[in-house]
Amino acid sequence: MPNLKDLKVRIDSVKSTRKITSAMKMVAAAKLRRAQEQAEASRPYAQRMERMLGSLAAAAAGQAGAPKLLAGSGSDDTHLILVATADRGLCGGFNTSIVREARRMIRSLLDDGKTVKILCVGRKGRDQLRRDYGQMIVETIEDVAKPSLSFDKASAIGERVVSMFEAGEFDVCTMIYAEFRSAISQIVTPQQLIPFAPPKAEEGEEETGAGSNGGLEGAVYEYEPGEEEILSALLPTNISIQVFKGLLENAASEHGARMTAMDNATRNAGEMINNLTLIYNRTRQAAITGELIEIISAKEAM
Amino acid sequence: MAEGKVAFELVSPERLLLSQEVDMVVVPGEEGDFGVLERHSPMISTLRPGVIQVHDGGSVAERIFVAGGFAEVTPARCTVLAEEALPVGEIDRAAAEQRLSDAKDDLIDAKDDAEKASAERQIKIAEELLRATG
Repeated sequence: MPNLKDLKVRIDSVKSTRKITSAMKMVAAAKLRRAQEQAEASRPYAQRMERMLGSLAAAAAGQAGAPKLLAGSGSDDTHLILVATADRGLCGGFNTSIVREARRMIRSLLDDGKTVKILCVGRKGRDQLRRDYGQMIVETIEDVAKPSLSFDKASAIGERVVSMFEAGEFDVCTMIYAEFRSAISQIVTPQQLIPFAPPKAEEGEEETGAGSNGGLEGAVYEYEPGEEEILSALLPTNISIQVFKGLLENAASEHGARMTAMDNATRNAGEMINNLTLIYNRTRQAAITGELIEIISAKEAM
Repeated sequence: MAEGKVAFELVSPERLLLSQEVDMVVVPGEEGDFGVLERHSPMISTLRPGVIQVHDGGSVAERIFVAGGFAEVTPARCTVLAEEALPVGEIDRAAAEQRLSDAKDDLIDAKDDAEKASAERQIKIAEELLRATG
C-alpha cells in the first residue's frame, strides 16, 4: 500500500514539472515566431544572391581559371562536415536526428577511405559526436544564437570555412542542419557548400538560355570590375549567406521541436497527475474505511 | 511597372530594406559611382562603402549608407545586396567615431596580412560612415 504522504509529494513534484514544461512551451512558441520571421526576412537576400551567382557561375564554370570555390580543389579526399545543432537540449529528437544524419555521412565517407573533419556549431552536436569522432572535431562554435543570431556571427563562421579551404585543409564542405517545415516537422538536410552547387532548377534554365524568362536573365551582363573579381567576392559571401540561412532554419526548427516536445511533456505530466490523484484518493478512502471498520467492530465487541 | 521607373530593391542579409519604384538610383560602385535609370544595360558590380542615393520626383528621396556588397542591374530593375545598410539620418556620429578608432587599434594590433586587410577595410567603412554624416 503506497504511503499517503509519499503520494502527495510525488503529485506536487509532477505538478511543478508540469509548470516548468508548460512555461518552456510558451517561451519556445514565442521564440519560434521570432525565429520564423527572421528566417523569412532573410530569404529575399539569399534568393537574389542565388540568381546573381547562377548567371555568373554558368558563365565561368567552363573556363579554366574558375575560382576554386566554384570548381573545387580537384580532389575530394578530405571532407569537412559542418554540424549545426542547438546549444541546449530538451527539444525532442532535434539534436539527435541531426547527429544521426552526420554519423551516417561520416561512416559512409570513412568507408570510402576519405578523411573527415568536423566543425560543430552548437554544443549538443559536439557532446554527442565527441565520444566516437572526438579526434576529428576541428572546432566547436557555441552560443551562436545568443543573444540573437546575427549575420556577423554567421559570416565569421563562413570566413573560417573559406580560410580553411584556402589553406587546403579540406576539399568538400557539407553543412547539416534541420530545415524548418512546421512546428512538428523538421527535415534534416545536408547541403554542399564547397564547391558551389547551383540549384538544379536553375541549371536547366541557364541551358535553355533564350527561353521566355531567360531572354532577360540570360542577357550578357557587364561586369564591374571584372567577372573574376566579382565571383571571388561573391562566392565567400554566398557561403556566409548559406551558413546564415542554415542557422536561421535551424533556430526555427529547434524552437519548433522544443515546443512540440514540451507540449507532449505537459500533457504527459497532466495524465500522470490524474493517475496519481486517483491512487491517492483511493488510498485515502481505503484508510478511512479501514478505520471505520475498526471503530464499528470495537463498538460491537463491547 | 510605371513608365520611366526603375524597380529598386535594397536587401541586407537580415531583411528586405527597401523595395519601390523610383526615377533613378546612384550606387557607389567599386570603380566609381553610377546612376541607374530605366533601360540601363545589364550589369553586375561590386560596391565600395558609400551612400546610395535614391532619386524620386525630382529630388533625393532617400540616402542610405552601405558598407559594401553587390549590385545587379537589368533594364527594369536594380537590386543591391548590401552587407550592412543604414539610412544616413540614423547614423550615430559618436558610434562611427568609436568604430573608426577601434578599427585603427585593430590595425596596430594586426598580426598577419589578413587581419591587417580586414582592419583597413573597417577603417575605410568607418571613414565613409563619418563622411556620410558630415
